[in-house]
Amino acid sequence: MQQLVAYTVIGLTTGAIYALASSGLVVTYVTSGVFNIAHGAIGMIAAFSYWQVRFDWGWPAPIALVAILGILCPTLGLAIDRVALRGLAQATEVTRLTATVALMAAFIGTAAWIWPPENRQPFRGFFDGNNVNIFGVNVGWNKIIALIAAIIVALGLRVLLYGTRLGIQMRAVVDDRNLAELNGARPSRIASASWALGASLAGLAGILLAAEVQLNIVPLTLLVINAYAAAIFGRLKSLPLTFIGAMALGLTEAYLLWGQGESWFPKTVSGFSTSGLRQATPTIFLFILLLLLPQAKLRAGAARLRERSVIPQWNTAILGAVVLVVSSIAVTGMLTRSNTIYLVQALIMALAVVSLVPLTGYAGLVSLAPLTFAGIGAVLMSKMPGDGNVLSLIAVVAIVALIGALIALPALRLEGIYLALATGAFALLVSILVFNQGKIFSNGVAEVPPLRIPGVDLSQPRPKAIFLSIAFAIVGLGLVALRRSSLGRRLVAMKDSPLAGATLGMNLVRTKVLAFAISAAIASLAGALDAGKVAPDNYVFDRSLPILLLAIVGGIGSIGGAFFGGMLLGSNAVLASIVPSLSKVTQVMPGLIGLSMGRNPNGASHQVATAFRPVTQHPQSLVIALGGVGALWLLTFLDIISNWGFFAALVVWGLGIVPNLPALANTTGRPRMLCLSIAAAGIGLASFFDDVFDAAPTGGRLLAVIILFVAVGNAIRRVHTPAKPTNKSSPDLVGLVAFTAEELSKSDRDIKVVL
Amino acid sequence: MTALLEVRSVAVRFGGVMALSGVNLDVQEGTITGLIGPNGAGKTTLFNVICGIRQPTSGVILFDDKEINRIPTQKRSSLGIGRTFQRLELFTTLSVFDNVLVAAELAGVDNPHEVAKEQLLLLGLSNLASTIAGELPTGSARLLEVARALAGHPRLLLLDEPASGLDDAETQQLAQLLRRLKSLSITVLLVEHDMSLIMSVCDQIHVLNLGSVIASGTTDQIQHNPDVIDAYLGAAR
Amino acid sequence: MTASRNVILELRNVSASYDAISVLHDVNITVHGGEVVALLGPNGAGKSTVLKIASALLRPTQGSIRVANHDLTGAPASELARLGVCTIPEGRGIFPNLSVYENLQMAVKKGLTISVIEERAFARFPMLAERRSQLAGTLSGGQQQMLSLARGLATDPVLLMLDEMSMGLAPLVVADLYEQVQTIAAEGVSVLVVEQFARTVLGIADTAVLMSHGRVRFAGNASEVDEATLSGAYLGTQETLN
Repeated sequence: MQQLVAYTVIGLTTGAIYALASSGLVVTYVTSGVFNIAHGAIGMIAAFSYWQVRFDWGWPAPIALVAILGILCPTLGLAIDRVALRGLAQATEVTRLTATVALMAAFIGTAAWIWPPENRQPFRGFFDGNNVNIFGVNVGWNKIIALIAAIIVALGLRVLLYGTRLGIQMRAVVDDRNLAELNGARPSRIASASWALGASLAGLAGILLAAEVQLNIVPLTLLVINAYAAAIFGRLKSLPLTFIGAMALGLTEAYLLWGQGESWFPKTVSGFSTSGLRQATPTIFLFILLLLLPQAKLRAGAARLRERSVIPQWNTAILGAVVLVVSSIAVTGMLTRSNTIYLVQALIMALAVVSLVPLTGYAGLVSLAPLTFAGIGAVLMSKMPGDGNVLSLIAVVAIVALIGALIALPALRLEGIYLALATGAFALLVSILVFNQGKIFSNGVAEVPPLRIPGVDLSQPRPKAIFLSIAFAIVGLGLVALRRSSLGRRLVAMKDSPLAGATLGMNLVRTKVLAFAISAAIASLAGALDAGKVAPDNYVFDRSLPILLLAIVGGIGSIGGAFFGGMLLGSNAVLASIVPSLSKVTQVMPGLIGLSMGRNPNGASHQVATAFRPVTQHPQSLVIALGGVGALWLLTFLDIISNWGFFAALVVWGLGIVPNLPALANTTGRPRMLCLSIAAAGIGLASFFDDVFDAAPTGGRLLAVIILFVAVGNAIRRVHTPAKPTNKSSPDLVGLVAFTAEELSKSDRDIKVVL
Repeated sequence: MTALLEVRSVAVRFGGVMALSGVNLDVQEGTITGLIGPNGAGKTTLFNVICGIRQPTSGVILFDDKEINRIPTQKRSSLGIGRTFQRLELFTTLSVFDNVLVAAELAGVDNPHEVAKEQLLLLGLSNLASTIAGELPTGSARLLEVARALAGHPRLLLLDEPASGLDDAETQQLAQLLRRLKSLSITVLLVEHDMSLIMSVCDQIHVLNLGSVIASGTTDQIQHNPDVIDAYLGAAR
Repeated sequence: MTASRNVILELRNVSASYDAISVLHDVNITVHGGEVVALLGPNGAGKSTVLKIASALLRPTQGSIRVANHDLTGAPASELARLGVCTIPEGRGIFPNLSVYENLQMAVKKGLTISVIEERAFARFPMLAERRSQLAGTLSGGQQQMLSLARGLATDPVLLMLDEMSMGLAPLVVADLYEQVQTIAAEGVSVLVVEQFARTVLGIADTAVLMSHGRVRFAGNASEVDEATLSGAYLGTQETLN
C-alpha cells in the first residue's frame, strides 16, 4: 500500500512536469500553428541557464526564477517568433517544421558548447533535502512544487483563455485569423504573446525536470516527446485532455518503475532486456496515439511552389561521378591516414544525407530517422553470416528497405508534421529499446565487417574512402535514373498535389511506401559500409537532425547538394582537429544555417541560391568574394588576426557583405561610399574580435558574431535600397465620428430610403 | 442516347449542414452538360462525390450503369472519369510536358510520351512544353489541367470553372475546345459561372441551389425558368 | 458639397491579383456618408475581392484605398477596423468555438465596456440574449449572421461592409437580415453590400455597382437597374451591358 502511494505520488509529480511542458506546447501551437519540435530544447536551455545563475553565480532562487522564467524564456519565445519563424506563416508545414528542427539543433549545440559536461555541477531542486511526509512516504519539495505549479498553471490558463480579452482573442485567432484581424485584433502580436508564454512554461518544466534528471542535454530536450504525447492525447487543442494525458503518462512511467523493481517483472523477453521500457514509455505512448489519429483527408490547395524540380542530366551526372571518384583517388594519395579517416566519415555522412533526396527532396516527406536506418544497416551487417560477403550486403539493404516500408505503412495515414513526428518516435524507440541491448551492441560496440572484394582491403582507410566515393557515385547515378523515370515523376507529382495525383489514378500509399523503402535502403548503406567498430551513439536520434538540416541546406532534391551537406558535416571533425577553439562553432552551425532558411518559405537551397546567384553571375563580385576569403586566410596564416577573428570576419564577409556585392557594384555616389565604409568597419571590428571580446565566454562571442553579421548585412541593404517613403497618416477619427453623429441627427431628412 | 453518369438521391452532410440533399441528375453520353447555381450551391461538393474524394452520406452514383460508390478515388480514373479543379492543382514544380506525362503514365497508356505530345498539341500548349507548370499564366494553367485530365482518355470529363481567370479570347478558345471534345465523343460535365460560355456550348443544363437540383433543361428553358431567375437574383422585395 | 456627400470610402483605380491570376482591373468605387451601395454581379465578377481590398485583407497591385480622404493603402486590416470600418466577411463572420458572449467581446473599441456592447447587441437582437453562453458555431445560419451584425454594430462603425450574407440561407431569413441592414442604414451608417441576389439588395440600395469579369460595368442610381439588365448580366440572355 505504501509503495502504491509512493509510486502514485512519483507518477503524479512527473505527470505534472509533463503537463506544464505540454500546456505550453498547446498554447503556442493553437495560436501560431507551428509544431514546435524545439519546445523541449527551450526547457533545456532554461534549466541550464537557471543552474548558471542559481548555483554557479549563487543568485537567490526567487531572483533566478524571475530572471529565467520572466525574462530569458519570454525573450527567447519572442525571438523565435519574430526572428526565426516570421514570414513562415504561408510556408508549407514541412518548412515550418524544419525551422523548429533547426532551432532544436542550434539549442543542443549551444548548450553543449557553453556548458561542457566536465563543468557541470549537480543541479539541486527547490528546497533540496527537505521532504514532506505523505501517507508515510517521503516526497521531495521539488516534486510537491511541480504538482502545485501544474495546478496553478492549469487554473491560470483557464482564466486567461476564458476570462480575459487577450485569451479570448487568442482563441478567436485560432478560429479565424482574418476575421479576428477584421475585428481589430493583431494576430501577430497575439502569436508573440503565446510564444512568450509557451517558452516560459517550457522553461518551468525544464527547471523542475532538471532536478530529477540533472543537467543532461538529451533527456531534457526529449521532454518534447512527453509533451507531444500528452498534447496529442488532447488532439493538440484541449487543455484538460492534455493534462489528463500527461498524468496518465507520468503514472504509467512510475508504475513501470515500480514493476521493474519487483521480482515478477520479466528482466528479459526472449533474450532482450526490458530495462529500456520505462525510458521508452513516452515514445511508445506517442507512437500509439499518432497511429490512432484519424486518416488524413485529401485536401485541395496545392502549395504554390515556384521552385523548379530540376531534372538531372546524364552527362553532368556522369561527369560528377567520374570527378568524385578520380579526385578521391588523387586526394587520398596526399592525405595523412588520420585525415583519410575524416574523409571516410564525411562520405558516410554524405550517404546518409543523400538518402533523404528521394524521400524529402522528391516526395516531400520528412523523416527524422535517416541514421536509425543506417544503424539498423550496421547492426544487420555485423550479425549477417558471410563476413562481408557482397550477397550479405544485398540482403541487408533489402531487409532495411523492407523495414522502411513497414514503418511507413502505418505512419502513412498521417500527413506532414505528424508523419515527421512518427519517424522521430520510431528513431527514439529503436535507439532506446533495440540499440541499447547487449545482444545487439555487445559491450556497446558492434563490429561491421568490411565488404570482401577480391584484391582490395577495405579495412584500410584509403581503399575504404575510394570505395565509398564509388558507392556514392553509384547511388547518385541511381537517383538520377530514378528522378528521370516514371516513378521519379510520380514522387514529385505526389509532393506537388496529392489530390490531383489521386484523381489521375495514383496509389498514394504505394508511392509513399516506395519512397520510404528507397530512402531506407540508401541510408542502410551508410551503416553497412562503415566497416570497423561502431557504437550505438553514432545512430541516436539527435544526430539525425543535422542530417535533415544539411540535406535541406545543401538543396534537397539535389545530389550534389547532399554531397556538399555530408562533407560539411564531416568537416566538423577536421575543423575541430585543426582549430580546437572553433570545434564548438561547428556544432551550432547546422542549426544556425537551418534557421536562416526561416526567412524564406521556399527553402534554404532556394534562398542560398537566390542570395548568391547574383554573385555567381557577376564575375567581378565572384573574384572579390573569393579574394576576400583568401585575404582573410592569409591574414590568419601570418598571425595578424586570431582564429576567432578569422571566423568572425569570414561570417561577416560571407553572409553579410558578399550577397550585396553585385548591388554595390551598381550603386554609385554617397550610398556606395557609405556601404563600403560599413563593410570596412564590420570587417575591421570582426578581425580584431578577440581583442574586443577578450573576456567574453564562447556563447557571447558567437552571439556577437551573429549580431555583427546581421547588422552589417542589413545596414548595407538598407543604404543601397532606401525604403520608399510611405504616407502613414490616418484619417481624423474624431472628425469621422462627429460627422456620423451629425448624420444621425438628420438621417430622416438626408437619407433616401428606398422601400 | 443513354446516361453515362447517373446521380441518384445523393446527400452530403458536413456537420450540421446539408451541402447536398437528394440530388438527382443524369449526364447523357456524348453531350456537354452544364451544372450551374449560385455560390455555395454544392457544385464542387458534387464533383468531389463523383470522383470519390468525398463519400456521400446517402445516395448512389452510377457510371455506365454500374454503382461506383465503393470504388476509391485512384481507381475511378481507370473507369474513365477525369477532372480539373477550381483551385488549380497542377504539379507546380514539374514541367508542362511532365505534368501530362505523369497523367499518361498513371493511366497506363501504351506510349505515354506520344499521348502527352498529342494532348499538348490538341490544347495548343506544345510551345510551352518545357515551362515549369507553376510559372504558367492562368489561362495556360487551366488548359494544362484539361490536357492532364485528357491524357488518361476519359469518357467523362468534369470541368470545375475552367474559364475563371481566362480573358475573352481564351474563353472563346475554351469554347472551341469543348466542341472539339464533343466531336471526339467525350462527355463533359461543366461547372462554370461564365453564362455566355455555358449557354453557347451546353446541350443540357442542371441548376443547383441550396444543395438540390431546382431545374434541368435546355439552355432556352433554363434562361426563362422563373425559379432559376429567383435563385440567381434572390426574391424580389 | 453637403455633409451627406462626404466620401467615406474610395477605391481608386484598383487592380488586384491572386498570385498570377489577375482578378480586378482598374476598379473605382466610392461610398458616401449614409449611403447604401450594392455591389452586384455574377459569381467570379470580383465582388468579394473588392471587399477584401477595401478591408485591407488583400493588397491591391495598383491603385489606392482612401478612407475619409486619407490614403490607407497598405495599412493592416486591424487598423481599418479600429478606424470604424467594420467588415463581415463571407461565410458567417463569427468565431464558431467562442460563445456568443465571447464573440461580442471581440468587438474592440476603446472606451466601450463589454456590458455596453452586450446591451446594444441584445437590444437589437433579443434572440442573442437567450443564447448568451451558447457556442456560436451551434447557432443557426441566420442567428450566426445576426451575431456578426450585432458584433459589428456594437463598435459604432462608420462604414459597414457585408459580403454575401445570404449564402446558404433560406429566402425568408435573408429577407429578415436585410430588413435589419435597412434599419442600420437608416441610423446613418454607410453600407457597402456585396450580394449575388441582386433583387434582394436593390430594394434597399441607393447606388448600384454592377461588376463582371473584374471590371465595373455600371455604377449609378439603384433604381436605374431593371430586371432585364440583371438577368442579362447573370444568365447571359444579353451580352454584358456597358
